[in-house]
Amino acid sequence: MQQEVVLAMLAKEPAHGYQLRARLRQALGPVGEALNDGQIYVTLARLEKTGLLSAEQAAGQGDRSDRKVYSLTAAGQQRVADWLAEVSWPRPDLTEFHLKLVAAAAAGLADPLAIVDSQRRELLRRLRDAQRAAMAEPDGSEAGLLLEGMVLRLQADLRWLEACEQQWTGRRARS
Amino acid sequence: MRKTGEPVDDTRDSLMLRTRGLRKDYGRDAGLVRAVDHVDLDVFAGETVAIMGPSGCGKSTLLHLLGGLDRPSAGELWLAGQRIDGMSERGLAALRRDLVGFVFQAFHLMDELTAVENVELPLLLAGRAARPARRRAADLLDQVGLADRARHLPSQLSGGQRQRVAIARALANEPLVVLADEPTGNLDSAATLDVLRLLDDLHQHGQTIVVVTHDSRIAATADRLISMRDGAFVDDTRLTGGTGSLLGSMAGLADLEG
Repeated sequence: MQQEVVLAMLAKEPAHGYQLRARLRQALGPVGEALNDGQIYVTLARLEKTGLLSAEQAAGQGDRSDRKVYSLTAAGQQRVADWLAEVSWPRPDLTEFHLKLVAAAAAGLADPLAIVDSQRRELLRRLRDAQRAAMAEPDGSEAGLLLEGMVLRLQADLRWLEACEQQWTGRRARS
Repeated sequence: MRKTGEPVDDTRDSLMLRTRGLRKDYGRDAGLVRAVDHVDLDVFAGETVAIMGPSGCGKSTLLHLLGGLDRPSAGELWLAGQRIDGMSERGLAALRRDLVGFVFQAFHLMDELTAVENVELPLLLAGRAARPARRRAADLLDQVGLADRARHLPSQLSGGQRQRVAIARALANEPLVVLADEPTGNLDSAATLDVLRLLDDLHQHGQTIVVVTHDSRIAATADRLISMRDGAFVDDTRLTGGTGSLLGSMAGLADLEG
């Protein structure tokens, strides 16, 4: 899991450790059940050390990371903004992209639809490359089969982006 | 006037389609739907432009306006420098016949005519003599790989073959622009690939094409991708690529280095 995902959950407002976990769980549903609490706290500690977030101990709570209030530093805000704007798809990480949309909308940092659009541009560039290459291959070529796999995968990703677009368009219309 | 030494913008001289503030409304008062909402579009000669968007976003309506199949409620529309939004019905009919080639999702072939007769129909309507019209129609069918199906009725052809006949027909009068509305919407993936190859081939030969589609494979062959929502453009991007440079990263080969 990307560290930025944890940071992004704090973009809307500071939160206790347990609130942050709840936000992730809500965004991920059953997919988030595999999330390990310890892993989250290790990530939080690391992010604190690198100065991307600051943690404040609530009075009289001891050193329990659960009870700390985490908030983004200026550097952390910037990192989240960069992460939202970044388009990466060499490894299709659906979860990360999904959380990007959730965090962008919750914090009002970016328009989820704009993120969908730039992602689509990137995927279409790749599809264009794969397809051109596939069309140039003679029938029955081995490489052609690999290229067809790439094309099909990109098509599936693009179809999912269409679903993202519809969902977030609907939410914007309702809000 | 251009100053000497200034970079020359070739595309400025070859604007094929141009709209300013183009609008199409349906219904009125509370039931008013703005299907196309102040669209400004420039399509240059030789470009392939794909328009994508959710169902009901107005992309088909826009295509119909561009081809003179429907009239705008407001705004201005030029085809090859000629203002056409206020044109007479007769003028529009001639324009649709001579300057625009249409390709539809449902093919719209004449069922009782053979493939070659379908393709030669627009030529005959444009006043070509029977013999040269037939020759050109046969050539076009050859170009789309259907020379051996010339005498078949549409009902004897597969979906992909019908669409290829429809594309040949669209090209009959050497249109300035081909307008395609979901050309692969009714096709399986093998037939889609045939249509894709054909459109790409036309594109390589400099045909101006505007295609409205849900199919990302079609969109990926375009030079430009326009996203439309609620009747308006929300994104207009030039798609570069097609050089193969991204293939390595998709195949995960970058990891072999590490």
